[in-house]
Amino acid sequence: MLAHIIQTLPQVIVDGLTLGVVYAVVAIGYTMVYGILELINFAHGEIFMSGAFIGTTVLLILSSVGFLSSVPAILAFIIIIVIASIATGFLGMGIERVAYRPLRNAPKLITLITAIGVSFLLQDIVRFIAELKTGNYIVSAPSLFNEKIHLKTSSILPQFGDALFKSSFLVVLIVAIIMLIVLDFFVNRTKWGMAMRAVAQDRETASLMSINVNKVISVTFFVGSALGGATGVLFMVQYGSIDPYIGFILGIKAFTAAVLGGIGNIRGAMVGGLLIGLLEMFAAANLSTITHGAFGAEYKDIFAFAILIAVLIFKPEGLFGKAVVEKV
Amino acid sequence: MNILEVTGLTKKFGGLYANTNINMNIEKNSITAVIGPNGAGKTTFFNMITAVYKPTSGDILLNGKSLVGLKPHQVTKFGIARTFQNIRLFHDLTVLDNVLVGMHHHLKSSWVGALFQMPRTRHAEENAKKEAYRLLEYVGLAELLNESAGNLSYGAQRRLEIARAIAAKPKVLLLDEPAAGMNPKETKKLTDLIHDMRTKLDITIVLIEHDMKLVMEISDFIYVLDHGEEIASGKPDDIRNNPRVIEAYLGKGAVANG
Repeated sequence: MLAHIIQTLPQVIVDGLTLGVVYAVVAIGYTMVYGILELINFAHGEIFMSGAFIGTTVLLILSSVGFLSSVPAILAFIIIIVIASIATGFLGMGIERVAYRPLRNAPKLITLITAIGVSFLLQDIVRFIAELKTGNYIVSAPSLFNEKIHLKTSSILPQFGDALFKSSFLVVLIVAIIMLIVLDFFVNRTKWGMAMRAVAQDRETASLMSINVNKVISVTFFVGSALGGATGVLFMVQYGSIDPYIGFILGIKAFTAAVLGGIGNIRGAMVGGLLIGLLEMFAAANLSTITHGAFGAEYKDIFAFAILIAVLIFKPEGLFGKAVVEKV
Repeated sequence: MNILEVTGLTKKFGGLYANTNINMNIEKNSITAVIGPNGAGKTTFFNMITAVYKPTSGDILLNGKSLVGLKPHQVTKFGIARTFQNIRLFHDLTVLDNVLVGMHHHLKSSWVGALFQMPRTRHAEENAKKEAYRLLEYVGLAELLNESAGNLSYGAQRRLEIARAIAAKPKVLLLDEPAAGMNPKETKKLTDLIHDMRTKLDITIVLIEHDMKLVMEISDFIYVLDHGEEIASGKPDDIRNNPRVIEAYLGKGAVANG
């Protein structure tokens, strides 16, 4: 049994990292909005999905005009991801403006339910458009990066098996890591990042420091949604086929990652995402071996949610969150 | 010359008048105190000037321009900064970052510039940090710059609030009970700081304070509020002997026996 676990380890790490960075970037969208508005933006998973669809649309247009065959895949990819993230950034900002801002002072539960409503709305709008155009809401995109890469991990340690992956894995990993670094930099080093942290701590005081709170909230939604949309494109590049419902389960897992890291904490969300991705892939590879076939790989989803429950019971502030101490 | 003029300022919460028909003329480069018993409406008055509350009626003029209807962040941009009665620092940010937040509208940094560390942006960033450091030195907190604001002592937090407020380069600084909870030595340092800000930084100061020794020593002019109404105004010596003020603080008997 142990031999099997060790043998699959390189592949598990490769797959887990890919999935993990996707969770991490989406989790950041949840955590940023929560940090600033204390709102769990359930529509964020659908922003991710919209990003995947916008990316696919651009990709299909590019390939139909023959642009795709004339330029290197990486250039086409950059164009797609930039368009998709700008479009989803404005989508997120628009949602905040139309659906959340009028409810800024309403009880939290009302905004939460609105977020769920927005999420359903986006699913059905995208499904409607997709079906209108293609007759089927499951869309497959032409793949951009297809070379198979064979990583000879067995030469490092004879017990390891080799890891096999598509070159898109590298693109996903690198782009996601760049996004994480840029975001960390943005939040910690720039004027607007600083304003964001100030608004997250005390909105009213921040406004008295000449910070335009509405603008900061808009910027937050733009950045979080643009990252989510870009991740949608990464997902599309890696897995090829998308449908309007991919955002739901992925969104909830990314939310779990945000809770695991301590909701409101950006670096926490990154670590949480990676952990959940790795754990899920580990479970997918080894679950049936460990349980002697009682549970198959399809039970891997249980892990994310078991973690959510465990975190909420034993460490509700998350790995990096600070426990709120009530002063008496 | 009056820098700040308040005319007929009134705030109603439901049926309760928190401020009724307040009129004030605050001279440029003066130190003005607003005093009165607890619940007299002093903080409500500050909240209206900084646009946290919208006045029910009346007008607030800064250098002749009305501030009514602006958003809080716009009022700060126009040149009014404040501190808070219950300290409201960003507790999880460092001391230096708190001051940098105060500078928000002076910072000219595009995030693209910040990302690629363009020379101009880096230069601006460094200047802002130097400026913030200088302000911390000014209030005597320079050695604590990397500490979380929440870990500072009470007196230090009050001084950090002042540093953060003057980082916005205000024309008028509103101090809400700056000496509350300070020991006599800290209060003395604060008194010197307030004097110094007026003379060196050319800031007009309006303060709410309960420490009468401080108020009498420092103020050029005093306004007294009670139950939301202005009951007296004048120089410290007039206020000290005004029967209505003594009555408001100590009750009717004190005046009769006095």
